[in-house]
Amino acid sequence: MLVAMLVFGVGIATVLALTAFEENLLYFYSPTQIHAGEAPQNRTFRVGGLVVDGSVRREQGSLAVQFELTDNAEVVPVTFTGILPDLFREGQGIVAMGQIDSNGLFVADEVLAKHDENYMPPEVADALNAAHEAGKTGMPTTY
Amino acid sequence: MIPELGHFALIIALAITVVQSVVPLFGAARNDAAMIAIARPAAYAQLFFVFLSYLALTYAFIVHDFSVLYVAQHSNLLQPLLYRISGVWGSHEGSLLLWALTLSVWTAAVALFSRHLPDVLMARVLSVMGLISIGFLLFMLFTSNPFERIFPAPLDGNSLNPLLQDPGLAIHPPMLYMGYVGFSVAFAFAVAALLGGRLDATWARWSRPWTTVAWAFLTFGIALGSWWAYNELGWGGWWFWDPVENASFMPWLVGTALIHSLAVTEKRGVLKSWTVLLAIMAFSLSLLGTFIVRSGVLVSVHAFATDPARGVFILIFLCLVVGGSLALYAWRSETVSSTGSFKWFSRETALLLNNVILVTLAVAVFVGTLYPLVLDAFGLGKISVGRPYFDNMFALISAPLLLLMGFGPFMRWKSDDPTRVRKSLSVVLAVSLALGMVLPFMIDGALKVGAGLGLAAAIWIGITTLQSYIKRFRSASKIPLAFTGMTMAHLGVAMFVAGVTMVMTYEQEKDLRMEPGSVYEMAGYEFKFLGTRKVQGPNYTGDEGRIEVWRSGELIKELNPQKRVYNDQNNPMTESSIQITLMRDLYSALGEPLGGGAWSMRLYHKPMIRWIWLGSLFMTIGGVLAVSDKRYRRSRVAKPGVVKVQLAAGSRP
Repeated sequence: MLVAMLVFGVGIATVLALTAFEENLLYFYSPTQIHAGEAPQNRTFRVGGLVVDGSVRREQGSLAVQFELTDNAEVVPVTFTGILPDLFREGQGIVAMGQIDSNGLFVADEVLAKHDENYMPPEVADALNAAHEAGKTGMPTTY
Repeated sequence: MIPELGHFALIIALAITVVQSVVPLFGAARNDAAMIAIARPAAYAQLFFVFLSYLALTYAFIVHDFSVLYVAQHSNLLQPLLYRISGVWGSHEGSLLLWALTLSVWTAAVALFSRHLPDVLMARVLSVMGLISIGFLLFMLFTSNPFERIFPAPLDGNSLNPLLQDPGLAIHPPMLYMGYVGFSVAFAFAVAALLGGRLDATWARWSRPWTTVAWAFLTFGIALGSWWAYNELGWGGWWFWDPVENASFMPWLVGTALIHSLAVTEKRGVLKSWTVLLAIMAFSLSLLGTFIVRSGVLVSVHAFATDPARGVFILIFLCLVVGGSLALYAWRSETVSSTGSFKWFSRETALLLNNVILVTLAVAVFVGTLYPLVLDAFGLGKISVGRPYFDNMFALISAPLLLLMGFGPFMRWKSDDPTRVRKSLSVVLAVSLALGMVLPFMIDGALKVGAGLGLAAAIWIGITTLQSYIKRFRSASKIPLAFTGMTMAHLGVAMFVAGVTMVMTYEQEKDLRMEPGSVYEMAGYEFKFLGTRKVQGPNYTGDEGRIEVWRSGELIKELNPQKRVYNDQNNPMTESSIQITLMRDLYSALGEPLGGGAWSMRLYHKPMIRWIWLGSLFMTIGGVLAVSDKRYRRSRVAKPGVVKVQLAAGSRP
């Protein structure tokens, strides 16, 4: 009786866990992958890269801000409404979480930059490396 | 010279620790009193030399000895004394030294306070703790020497992230380590019992207080980290399901299961092999947590590959500890099997269910934390697991646990009558549910099932806990401290659940643009932005916002959040300003200047968020009270008789 209850409970928990897990997996895509059309529509994912110099534009009278992210090969435009983290600035590696719209604009719900100014998000570092190794950039990445 | 002495002290400590773990182990096997007697003095000597080494590193920090690489990397001339002392454990090498020191302290404490233990058991426990210590000392000496020199020595050290210069954060790691490493005592007791093939109620009684102290430290350490994040990170969250946090939370969950199963093993002599397994799991997760946070796996899985020495050592050590103890368990757990029995409707069953649920929670956190790391390590893609997974899983799995918490302390050992329990508790359950459901309605006129259930759970646990305390108070003239401790801890859980429910349901967060003179209303408060002024601190300059908070025409408080730029840093830092009361926090933080005196800013209303940390504090105090119970300090003859009688009674069909 007790064992049956336990098995039943654990079984239910496992099914729920797997469903919740699958629904909440956030995949990471680099700007190059997004350009190649690998990123999904209508599903939240993460994109990372360097904030392109001179690309940050604020909208007057609101908290909306637009900027571009690059892995030194391709560029993805991003829009975000809210307060950017302290460590957000041009040239800095950041990760954004959100969805891509039909025009290829990434609508971010969250923008992350870690608390250390020398820190490079590992995904961003790898994405930069991958783009560099693919020979798309002549510029070496330094970090 | 001093750093070399520190290094040398570490080597001597290693030599002593080898003696401490090898000789008594053989002595225990051959019943050689002289060899067994070496364990205790060796434990003291180990503490002495590790402490010497620790002092040497602290000294290097205090006198700015930048010829030591670790000091140059993690401190500079401007750093205040407090943060030079805490700088010792600011990074990988030093935190390993603190880990080793903590382990030595626990080992010496066991040697000192367990005089009533049988010598053979004592020898085995100290020797197992010695084996763990050997692993850490070797790791430090071969791959992560904190005393490494650089030449030429730099004139000044690295600038340090000002975010980390906070008293709360300075004592956060030592508290966590006291908890992590404290579980090594329970682990050592478990392994010693497996080696000796003897595990009885007295064994559980000896191992219990150590586990509870470790648990209390861990609870406090985790709460401290959460409180710091809320205050300092500038965006008002209290838990992020970050791998660093999860690393400390997994051992906490299993440790919580362990202190409950130890109670069953002590009182009733059952669940023995399960208790041993939990002790092994709790410590293994502590080790895993230390390495997840400190090995650089999180910064990049590939950091592992760039420094293979560290990575490989860590993996081998983990395999030895976890694999070795599990193998020993598989081989010997027959010898510690349970002697008593219990009916399915009994407190034993309630506590067993508690254990199953807590371990399931730990597994859920484990999967969410480790799966992305494993996937990345094998080059199968980069993913992360979103917050909703953790939030939903936790709410779902812990719901039956909260229900159970009301029944558990009320039920009798061995066998209970379902009718009795139903009679006594059904009214309380109905009242809690009704109150829980009505409260959200009273707060904002809307029926909210999730919030209602959460509040009902808090009320249910609160009432039943107090009820069983009053009942005990009436029937006995004196209540044991252990029982008071349990009551405190369970009330803490009720407060925690109430706090989490209120914050997650009713918190209001608004990021907005404000011009001087503009007013924003939230939760019945009016926030009036007056503008900003320049401020000059000892090592920073910044802007300070002036936000008046009004309620019903009355000025409550002026909030002054700051945006600082520290002298040696390029990036600004957010300093939030919070007005605290027991029932709500008003939180404000500056974003960026938007031109014309306007700023982007965050205004939050967080109902009952203090209850989260207050509840954790209650749990901590509960743990400390439970350990202070004098029955843990009674001599070895006092209790066993009583236990035997209980066992005899329990084994009747």
